[in-house]
Amino acid sequence: MKKLINDPAQVVSDALDGFATAHADLVKVNRRPDYVVRADAPVAGKVALVSGGGSGHEPLHIGYVGRGMLDAAVPGPVFTSPTPDPILAAAKAVDSGAGVLFIVKNYTGDVLNFETAAELAQLDGIDARTVLVDDDVAVQDSTFTAGRRGVAGAVLLEKIVGAAAERGDSLDACQALGERVNARMRSMGVALTACTVPHVGRPSFELADDEIEIGVGLHGEPGRRRAKLAGAAELAAELVGPVLDDLAAPAGTPVLMLVNGMGGTPQSELYIICQEARRLVEAAGLQLARSLVGDYATALEMQGCSVTVLLLDDETADLWDAPVATPALRRGL
Amino acid sequence: MAGELTAAWAVAWMRDAAGVLARQREELIELDRAIGDGDHGENMDRGFQAVVAGLDASAASPKEVLSSAGRTLISTVGGAAGPLYGTALMRAGQAAKERIDADNLVAVLSAALEGVQARGKAQVGDKTMVDAWSPAVEAARQANEGGATPLDVLRAAASAAEQGAEATVGMVARKGRASYLGERSVGHQDPGATSTAHILQSAAKAAAA
Repeated sequence: MKKLINDPAQVVSDALDGFATAHADLVKVNRRPDYVVRADAPVAGKVALVSGGGSGHEPLHIGYVGRGMLDAAVPGPVFTSPTPDPILAAAKAVDSGAGVLFIVKNYTGDVLNFETAAELAQLDGIDARTVLVDDDVAVQDSTFTAGRRGVAGAVLLEKIVGAAAERGDSLDACQALGERVNARMRSMGVALTACTVPHVGRPSFELADDEIEIGVGLHGEPGRRRAKLAGAAELAAELVGPVLDDLAAPAGTPVLMLVNGMGGTPQSELYIICQEARRLVEAAGLQLARSLVGDYATALEMQGCSVTVLLLDDETADLWDAPVATPALRRGL
Repeated sequence: MAGELTAAWAVAWMRDAAGVLARQREELIELDRAIGDGDHGENMDRGFQAVVAGLDASAASPKEVLSSAGRTLISTVGGAAGPLYGTALMRAGQAAKERIDADNLVAVLSAALEGVQARGKAQVGDKTMVDAWSPAVEAARQANEGGATPLDVLRAAASAAEQGAEATVGMVARKGRASYLGERSVGHQDPGATSTAHILQSAAKAAAA
């Protein structure tokens, strides 16, 4: 294992300290319990958005804390959900009385821990609600699994609902919008290599040199099948095809497309996938209205990418375009 | 009655479990790498070290020891295992009398299983820790009906849990992260069922000491 670290057990902690140094203008980092809040939290009268999950997916979620997006993010150990205590502490730190909306990716550990935190918050008199993100179409048979996973689509949902909360939408409205966004987006990912969790020290799974894993989740864990490596056009079709099939959107629908790198993929390769994906989206009769390309929800140093397509309407397009000031996504502020 | 289990047993159980989970850390990581994300060994080791650090050797009842251990697991482990094992131990503690006889022991183990199922919603055959807990409870019940001592009830439970964990090798996962593998999860032993078997072995070992 080759990594720029001091101690495998201190990776999350050491990185958080550096994150605090790098972004002191935008966020405050609380240690023990560990959570990140926007610099001006709590914001009077505003619904507070709180997300979190295992670390190793940076910039998800701590990189999206700031004006126009999340009020707080709670990083767990690498690839492991945070426990309820820091989640509750973060909720208390950002609640201004207008309520707290938890944005939770549908992974068993995250759901169990955020569910417990929401119960505790309710006991403390905080109106805490949850929006589940389950955009991953790789999981076909939801009845016989823990359900579709929450992957890179979380970034889009956090941005759009964040803008709604910033303009003063109520907790009810933010929750409904989150559910609407989640229902209108789908993702699918592919891994070319595995990643190595620092305290494990070995790759999380084995892939031969010419093998890829199609339908991976946010940790590179399997979804659909192993296949032989193919060209970018073919790979883009493997990702975009199931996404568009599942969305079944009418022709002419404007869409936002996220081509997301998993941490170890060069930008140039993401742009190649973007171009291939655009052809497929347009061939399906949809209108590519917005796009975002880069490392937004990663799996450590894994090579691979995911494609997310969100069906837009006038309101969600405006909210997407609204100003935002976070460490990882910034425009207009 | 002879062989009743006390707070000292609960303390010894948690200590032994922490030792076993530390020794089996790599085994659990390997099992979890195959069908999960490889964090189970690390999380269980960290959680039970915290349980041991927080143990009150002067606790008056098993209930105090187990409830406090459960709360510690919920607040330190994270992932799915924290809330699941934490709830199991808290419910077990709630069901425990000051001195646990064989009848009460069956109730304690049943309460733990119910806690796991209430949180995780898994059924028998889903390739989860329920596949170790459930046969353990059934074996405990049968041993108790046959007039076994608490120690023998725990030995029966531990042995059934181990067989249950081994039986997960042939199952298709339907809950948790392994469920995304579908048929490809067959051939691998479930890490949660395996850690459950270790923890119940520790319960029997602590009772024999």
